[in-house]
Amino acid sequence: MSDTGRTYMLLARGLRKEYGKGEGLVRAVDEVDLEVTAGETVAVMGPSGCGKSTLLHLLGGLDRSSGGEIWLDGRRVDQLGERALARLRRDAVGFVFQAFHLMDELTAVENVELPALLAGRSPRTARRQADGLLEQVGLADRAKFLPTALSGGQRQRVAIARSLANDPLVVLADEPTGNLDSQATLDVLRLFDSLHAAGQTLVIVTHDSRIAATADRLISMRDGAFIDETRLTGGATGHLGAPARIKG
Amino acid sequence: MGRILLVCRLAARDLRRRSGEAVLLLLVITAATTTLTLGLILHGVTTSASYQSTQAATAGPDVVAWGGPPADVMALAHAQGVIGHTGPYPVASPVLRVRGLTVPVLAEGRDQAPAPIDQPKLTQGTWVGNGAVVLERSFADTLGIRAGDSVTLNGRPFLVAGIAVTAANPTDPPTTPGLLWLTRADARSLATVAHPLSFTLNLKLADPAEAPAFVSAHAAGDGTGILWSWEFIRGLDTQVVTNEQLVMLVGSWLLGLLAVASVAVLVGGRMAEQTRRVGLLKAVGGTPGLVAAVLLAEYLILALIAAAAGLAAGWLATPLLTRPSLFPGLARAPGAPPLTVSTVALVVAAAVAVAVAATLVPALRAAGTSTVQALADAARPPRRRARVIAVSARLPVPLLLGLRLVARRPRRVVLSGASIAITVTTIVAVLVYRASNASGGPGTDPVGQVMLVVTVALFVLAAINAVFITWATVLDARRSSALARALGANSRQVTAGLSAAQVLPALPGAMVGIPAGIALYAAVSNGQTLIIPPTWQLLAVVAGTLLVVAGLTAIPSRVGARRPMAEILQSETA
Repeated sequence: MSDTGRTYMLLARGLRKEYGKGEGLVRAVDEVDLEVTAGETVAVMGPSGCGKSTLLHLLGGLDRSSGGEIWLDGRRVDQLGERALARLRRDAVGFVFQAFHLMDELTAVENVELPALLAGRSPRTARRQADGLLEQVGLADRAKFLPTALSGGQRQRVAIARSLANDPLVVLADEPTGNLDSQATLDVLRLFDSLHAAGQTLVIVTHDSRIAATADRLISMRDGAFIDETRLTGGATGHLGAPARIKG
Repeated sequence: MGRILLVCRLAARDLRRRSGEAVLLLLVITAATTTLTLGLILHGVTTSASYQSTQAATAGPDVVAWGGPPADVMALAHAQGVIGHTGPYPVASPVLRVRGLTVPVLAEGRDQAPAPIDQPKLTQGTWVGNGAVVLERSFADTLGIRAGDSVTLNGRPFLVAGIAVTAANPTDPPTTPGLLWLTRADARSLATVAHPLSFTLNLKLADPAEAPAFVSAHAAGDGTGILWSWEFIRGLDTQVVTNEQLVMLVGSWLLGLLAVASVAVLVGGRMAEQTRRVGLLKAVGGTPGLVAAVLLAEYLILALIAAAAGLAAGWLATPLLTRPSLFPGLARAPGAPPLTVSTVALVVAAAVAVAVAATLVPALRAAGTSTVQALADAARPPRRRARVIAVSARLPVPLLLGLRLVARRPRRVVLSGASIAITVTTIVAVLVYRASNASGGPGTDPVGQVMLVVTVALFVLAAINAVFITWATVLDARRSSALARALGANSRQVTAGLSAAQVLPALPGAMVGIPAGIALYAAVSNGQTLIIPPTWQLLAVVAGTLLVVAGLTAIPSRVGARRPMAEILQSETA
């Protein structure tokens, strides 16, 4: 398993998340196997309540699994203690949430620099980096704006910039366009495309087929399990394109 | 009528659903109403009639003289206006030991035959005899001594023959030793080189009203003798009640302020939780007026119950503060006056005022919230303090999180700081009182006892406040805490941040409490000597307060920081 773990940027084996007991037992994630190579973009699609978000929370160390293994960059992470898990979230994982989850009282740039400050970087370094990230997502002119003064799409771009603050190994995005209109969705889509092109490893949970189409692979999920996998481009270096292979 | 019933039913249901919080609120308001009731009842206590009855029962003197040698004291017996005297009686100053306690006493030598002036009235046992002493009642009560017990004086055993009261003993409880009577021979035998005998003489004047003038005319001015008029003695007894009244009234005001802070914090927290309920009420046709009425009714119900409980508790506790042992010169205690209609009305009004003051703004705010927003359970947007955010970026993670939490809810910070300031003010006022009034023996200070009770009540209320405020902060910051953890802060850092958010406002609160406590004592002490306690004591109060706040907030902070972040981030909207 360790060899396999070293091969992939992110790997899950027999991953389970269960709630309740006996007859009330619910398997939110049921024996999921997942491999994500470095620079790959994987999209997970499925109906509401199928366990997509739970899977993402397990992969990112936001929640504890009931069983199975998770490996990140060759290191097993599902058995880490609370503090090590916090370090993992801080240094190796970037999150993008459907509800943006920006701090309302902080400006765009203050939100983006927060993970760097939590990681102990100097305020000056954190601010310089945050300015750069905001420029990267096209919001340099909105750096001093509060989230309430930004549109939904702009907020999500700030959240994406924040997810990149500590140069994560993998970015996990949970329904990143779920709260956005068409134009904003397009902006976010372009952003993910550029991240993908830059070699950032991405796992995106989405309902939106346009977002899913930016991925190298598309995984369908139902009742906590993977039921289908489609390779869209055939590799991390590909561009958006049509399905290349469908696995039963 | 139907509308009132509906409001009451909805309010009662919600109270039952959150019974734990309701009980806490009830306790908080009851503490304030109990103290207020005590203060108001004590305000009606007068000791003049009680002192006069003691004077009559003991043939109390108009003037008491203390000093020596006996010839000097006796000269007063022949002064103009004096129509009778008893004494001079020898007074020794031995050390009394009983059950491991050692206290200095004044032992007054008496004849076995009754004296025509100042014959102490026995409340237990018999009068003095060879090897048998009689203890002044408040002193005996303080030490828990009864007739038939044994004590030693300067190491010699004596039987306690009886307990008695006198109108001739100007006992200032915190500063004078206890008093007992024994035979003249026993008194003389207890004199030592270090503590020789002094003498006391009781005088009867032709015109008792002239006693103060007599004292002024004959006071030595060189400190060799002491003269007390009966009015002076009565004044000291009355002073005990006056001081108690003052402490209780000031205490009830402070407790009332703390209660407002407690209720405001609790109500704020509950209102935040009730946003969705408000939305539902409005969605099914509830008017803003109905919503505000339901929210206010809950707290009015609690306030009325607390007022009733406070009145009952205060009325039951009053005898403890007017018990005979607290009034050394009185043959009978002043007794507690009955509850008056005005007392009841004032206490009920105060309880209702506390509830309304703390709930009106949140209730009106909730009533004015848009139905859609309320149904979405949108959190109240936090305040932004740009400078605090900039400064906090330079601090370690726990302080960064704590300071930003502080900046989010300035009203809560003010309540938290005020709560601590009120408590520290009281503690410092008690320390100043202790420093300014050195104790004359164990438990001989009724005002000090009342102060202690008020301080303990304030401390408990402040502790409840600290926990409430922390929990309200935990609830309010659940999304930002979860987000901070998702972004890499660990739960220890978040716990420390939540605690820091309580300790940071406690520091200025405690610092303000030091001068405020000194000022409070100066304001209510009627120009009495004011001795400021040592600096280390004052600093210890500040440090102790911060430690206690940190300790009290640690558990709710820890619970808050360990809530499942995925669940919170999943359920909370932006």
